[in-house]
Amino acid sequence: MSDATIPARTIRPDDAAHFGALAEDWWNPAGSSAMLHRLNPVRLAFIREAIDRHWHTGSADRRPLSGRSALDVGCGAGLLCEPLARLGAEVTGVDAAAENIAAAAVHADASGLAIRYLAGELGTLDVGRFDLVTALEVIEHTADKPAFLRAVCDSVAPDGLLIVSTPNRTAASALLLAGAAEWTGMIPRGTHRWRDFMTPDELKAMLAEQGLDVMQSSGIAFDPARGLHLSDSMALNFIVAARRPTGTCTLPTC
Amino acid sequence: MTDHRDLLILGGGLVGMTLALAAARRGISAHVVDRADASALTAPGFDGRASAISTASWNLFTNIGLADALEPFGCPIAAIAVTDQLRPGRIDFRPEPHEGTLGRMFENRRLRLALFEAARGEPLIAWHSRADVRRRHRTAHGVAVELAGGERLDAALMVAAEGRASPTRDEAGIAMARWDYRHRAIIAGLHHARPHEGVAWEIFYPQGPFALLPLRDTDDGAYRSALVWTVAERQAGAILKLADRAFRAEVEKRMGGLLGRVEAVEPRSSWKLGFHHAARLTDQRLALVGDAGHGIHPIAGQGLNLGLRDVGALVEVLEDGLRLGLEPGDAQLLRRYDRWRRLDVFSVALATDTLTRLFGVPGRLPSAVRRLGMAGVERMPALKTWFMDEARGVSGRLPRLLQD
Repeated sequence: MSDATIPARTIRPDDAAHFGALAEDWWNPAGSSAMLHRLNPVRLAFIREAIDRHWHTGSADRRPLSGRSALDVGCGAGLLCEPLARLGAEVTGVDAAAENIAAAAVHADASGLAIRYLAGELGTLDVGRFDLVTALEVIEHTADKPAFLRAVCDSVAPDGLLIVSTPNRTAASALLLAGAAEWTGMIPRGTHRWRDFMTPDELKAMLAEQGLDVMQSSGIAFDPARGLHLSDSMALNFIVAARRPTGTCTLPTC
Repeated sequence: MTDHRDLLILGGGLVGMTLALAAARRGISAHVVDRADASALTAPGFDGRASAISTASWNLFTNIGLADALEPFGCPIAAIAVTDQLRPGRIDFRPEPHEGTLGRMFENRRLRLALFEAARGEPLIAWHSRADVRRRHRTAHGVAVELAGGERLDAALMVAAEGRASPTRDEAGIAMARWDYRHRAIIAGLHHARPHEGVAWEIFYPQGPFALLPLRDTDDGAYRSALVWTVAERQAGAILKLADRAFRAEVEKRMGGLLGRVEAVEPRSSWKLGFHHAARLTDQRLALVGDAGHGIHPIAGQGLNLGLRDVGALVEVLEDGLRLGLEPGDAQLLRRYDRWRRLDVFSVALATDTLTRLFGVPGRLPSAVRRLGMAGVERMPALKTWFMDEARGVSGRLPRLLQD
């Protein structure tokens, strides 16, 4: 696994073709990431509301993150990084898979967006701290959740905002996310292991340990008529916004 | 450096222009490409058509700042009277005074003038008239057209607003369901001896509906209505060629003295009637609006209103998406537009098609059934309210731009 920044210009031409194809698949709304694409507007709606509430920005403002920095952990090919950049943020994306990072860089370049992409584990990268940190549908894939969450929380600046989403560990998610959705091919097989899912209370407790207060939370539910949508039911998937209070930072660098 | 914009609207008719203006009012930029010359389109006598603007469509014009300019030219529809060959058993749709009108009639030319005037002062609209599209490009990252003069226009989303023969839609390979009613609508402005009192008449003859839609009085005070007379394809040529006097006599015969003598007829034109419906309203970085996506029988005057609902829905979807950092060509936004509009368009299309077929059956028994049906509607307030809401365009989930 590489720790290096991979800007698009340093990629060899034959590699560029490979990463281009990979990016094309990631970004294909009908491809293997189709569910992620459908999830995108739903989670962005939650993020947008959290941004407006946290920084008192107007809901019609097109660039509410103007002048702020953002980090997306587990960014894949940049499905979330690009909207955050359009909302005005100076964005850094981190992903453990160097392939994803290369694909993300190629795509951002073609979209005309300046995004810093880094491959590697967040804990070993020393990326600094950010006004907004997002880790969506990532924590369930990590081997050591507390260590991962510590690294994530450490990158949240004082008075910064953190957004985390993950599947809940319930009968519904066992059936739908780890079961039916994978069997039917709606999400690629082997994406989820139900035992690795966490409950909202477990996540909240872990965030509190890191000194972050949960401000808002919402369920993400699915029904055939409305598709994926924000909901009061957290049975399937949930998303939380947490903030690091100003002045109570426990980091030595504060 | 090319002038890259949010939208590349192909077709600058009423729907394309309204879209450009509504988008601009929400901070969304557009290129508009039209083959025609703007001054020719607004010349008197270019297009004798008139449109019923539903209450919802009027809300749209109000919300994009056109109401003040348009108000003096509109004729409120106070009531809609539906009859079967002027026999007893008519349905009257007449709202209570506090419920407002059933819509307003406008000459298309007036709508076009107001839209041009407003678009002229809007920096977010780049207007390219007398422009022929030579090639279209749609890729994962953007859209572009090359014009005959060699100019290239770039944007994030292409919108086909070219009307029913949309070449952009056909090039995208979007399948169409279509059938031909084998009828033409003959359109002309009529000056008549008695005031219309704001009543729109829909008179059903076995040969097709005959509609009289109220217009503003002329400057010298003549009472005026727009005639929409549906005739069989094979008869249209002969009717169009009739001398004015003979034409007036034919029209008067079908009006049964409703509005008194027909004193003058403005230039006649005719339009082929057909039903067409696109299997889907979107493709990669492409959205269809207005007649490019759906065309219905003008029997209930809903064609333009449907197109304007497309406009309201598309602008809302784009506006919501831009708030979330999504770009205008995002597939999820287009998906929402497609799902939202497809159902509404189809139900209206189906209703008007059924109406056309129901009233198009000749013979005495079907006529009796129709009159019985109309009497039934007349007696059931709930059903009548539903019909009136349809005519006003206020039923279903309305785009924000079309709400009060």
